Amino acid sequence: MTKERKMTLTIPKEELMSPGHLACQGCGASLAMRLALKALGQRTVVCIPACCWAVIDGPFPHSSLDIPIYHCAFETAASSASGVKAGLEMVGDTETTVLAWAGDGGTFDIGLQALSGAAERNEDIIYACYDNEAYMNTGIQRSSATPLGAWTTTTPVKHYKKHPKKDIIGIMAAHRIPYVATASVAYPEDMVKKFKKAKEIKGTRFIHIFAPCPAGWKSRPEDTIKLARLAVQTGYFPLYEVEYGEKWTLNLKIKERKPIAEYLKLQGRFRHLKDDEIAMIQKEVDANWERLLKRCEQ
Amino acid sequence: MKKVIMGNHALSYGAMLSRAQVIAAYPITPQTQVVELLSEMCADGTLNAKFIKVESEHSAMAACLGASLAGARTFTATSAQGLALMHELLHWASGGRLPVVMGNINRAMAPGWSIWTDQNDSLSQRDTGWIQFYCASNQEVLDTVIQAFKVSEKLMIPSMIVLDAFALSHTYEVVDVPDQDKVDAYLPPFNPPFRLTPDDPHAFGGLTSPEHYMELRYKLQKDMEKVPALVEETGKEYEKMFGRYLGQVDEYLCDDAEFIFVTSGTAGYTARVVVDELREKGIKAGNLRIKLFRPFPFEKVRSILSKVPKVAVVDRNISYGHHGIFYQEVKSAMYGQPHQPVIFGFITGLGGRDITRDTFKEIADYALSKSQAEEEIVWIGVKK
Ligand SMILES: Cc1ncc(C[n+]2csc(CCOP(=O)(O)OP(=O)(O)O)c2C)c(N)n1
Ligand SMILES: [Mg+2]
Repeated sequence: MTKERKMTLTIPKEELMSPGHLACQGCGASLAMRLALKALGQRTVVCIPACCWAVIDGPFPHSSLDIPIYHCAFETAASSASGVKAGLEMVGDTETTVLAWAGDGGTFDIGLQALSGAAERNEDIIYACYDNEAYMNTGIQRSSATPLGAWTTTTPVKHYKKHPKKDIIGIMAAHRIPYVATASVAYPEDMVKKFKKAKEIKGTRFIHIFAPCPAGWKSRPEDTIKLARLAVQTGYFPLYEVEYGEKWTLNLKIKERKPIAEYLKLQGRFRHLKDDEIAMIQKEVDANWERLLKRCEQ
Repeated sequence: MKKVIMGNHALSYGAMLSRAQVIAAYPITPQTQVVELLSEMCADGTLNAKFIKVESEHSAMAACLGASLAGARTFTATSAQGLALMHELLHWASGGRLPVVMGNINRAMAPGWSIWTDQNDSLSQRDTGWIQFYCASNQEVLDTVIQAFKVSEKLMIPSMIVLDAFALSHTYEVVDVPDQDKVDAYLPPFNPPFRLTPDDPHAFGGLTSPEHYMELRYKLQKDMEKVPALVEETGKEYEKMFGRYLGQVDEYLCDDAEFIFVTSGTAGYTARVVVDELREKGIKAGNLRIKLFRPFPFEKVRSILSKVPKVAVVDRNISYGHHGIFYQEVKSAMYGQPHQPVIFGFITGLGGRDITRDTFKEIADYALSKSQAEEEIVWIGVKK
């Protein structure tokens, strides 16, 4: 007789995101929001700057979220959220979680000044960046989160992206805020756990979510989870967290990392890469991985 | 060579033919194709320029200004939120007398988010000291970029080429793309009188006491006043070389007109359909499309409108608490003139609502049936 195995569902059943939103098939960003809100609950206000999510939510007068949304200017996610938090406190609401929800462009590029300012002031907000590695809303232009080797419309194949992705976690950890973490749509339990943990902490919390974009990556919609998982398994996007800039913890140990080529070959944006270029990317991933392991050992 | 291109690519080709040397830009709908094509041209060597893929429009303009002060010809393009974010540096460009040329795709300002056309973005920058051209065809866009470099560099005042979102930016038209050597003959290389160079060190933009500041602004205004004549001169020269005249305004059946629609941007062509229809009915209608908005072409506008009894100014913009902006400008141009027309101000098409033949018919019905406007602003097509 086989023994009955029991699995406990750690993901809350509550749905704060309804169907009928405008995301593309296989959109990682929409999954990310759904999971984040399950963890944060209904007493949450979200500030969304220009990004796909400003559209995904739905056109006026509709909204696919059951929480209040402030659609703010592109460069202002962190400063808008700082203001919302201060305003809520002054009108007697100290409970509501204030979430800034921005894409990689709104975080790594145009919003970095506001984000750094908020983090330095240790504003009591959660800042989540869903990273699809380019400006997707405007039609796939490079951002400083676009990885080495990738095609975008502003890094055409002949001049593919020559600079590695900005180390946003390093930057945020250097602000010594209470909580910085990475998360992936392929690891929902881990993501929910992190948002729940973040919710209980006071001060600036930053969560960097890996969110594949089939339209921008030229990948198959049904490969979104596979790609997000491969990104973790290859060590390209490890799951880890940093507390107060000091305590680095690897959340998912990977004994044998898969070769990066497995991840790259599923995406049209890397199709032009030759073997030596893939080897160069592999080296970059290896170096980042080794650096992370060292930090986590300390 | 004739090509079928979109309005955004007309900007890119204009910048390419002008041999822009430094381009710094940031993507925004509906401008993205301008930047994408230029970035491709830089990548494949069609254009020998440095393309700086900055992290914001503020940085885009800042980078253009640095490059321009170093002596390079610079180009950028943006729209709406991006233009607003550049605002501080727009003053910097004109105050610093740096002849950057920029394309702006007219898009309505947020909130609520809109990507569709209206003119409040560029008209909000009216007082920043930029020359502004409002275009109505892709050919005009391409030609005006080249002309703008010539005018800007002569007077050291930046220029903005403005085109309607989608109605022009994404509309494909046949465009005659001039030969590079002819453009080179028309537009000599940029050679500013002052630049950032250790060979001739100067400090630019330092603390300027009340003793000097006002004169800098007086000079900017005096040079602005030279723009209309220079537009005429360079526009005629362009006609000689390329067969297309580039003026301050574009008239349609204005000579004998008794009723004129004043428009800007693509709406003018729709107005002309209704002008023809009115003429068939025996009403002598005309259309004056204002292309040069800053500096305002006072003389041209006065000479045309002072012969006309009735004028309908059609604005796809609004100065909240006042009127449509072209309406204000036209009224101020006609103030105190010996022959003043009755001027009506209409607001329509905000946030990309279509301006159609019916819109102009409604405008004509209103204006032709009344001796005076009954409202300060006549709204057309609004759900009240
Ligand atoms: C000041 C300003 N500049 C440019 C834009 C145009 N814009 C809207 S969304 C976007 C890209 C957003 O990229 P990202 O933050 O990565 O989010 P994604 O679209 O990929 O979800 C841009 C450039 C804008 N809205 N405001
Ligand atoms: Mg993105």
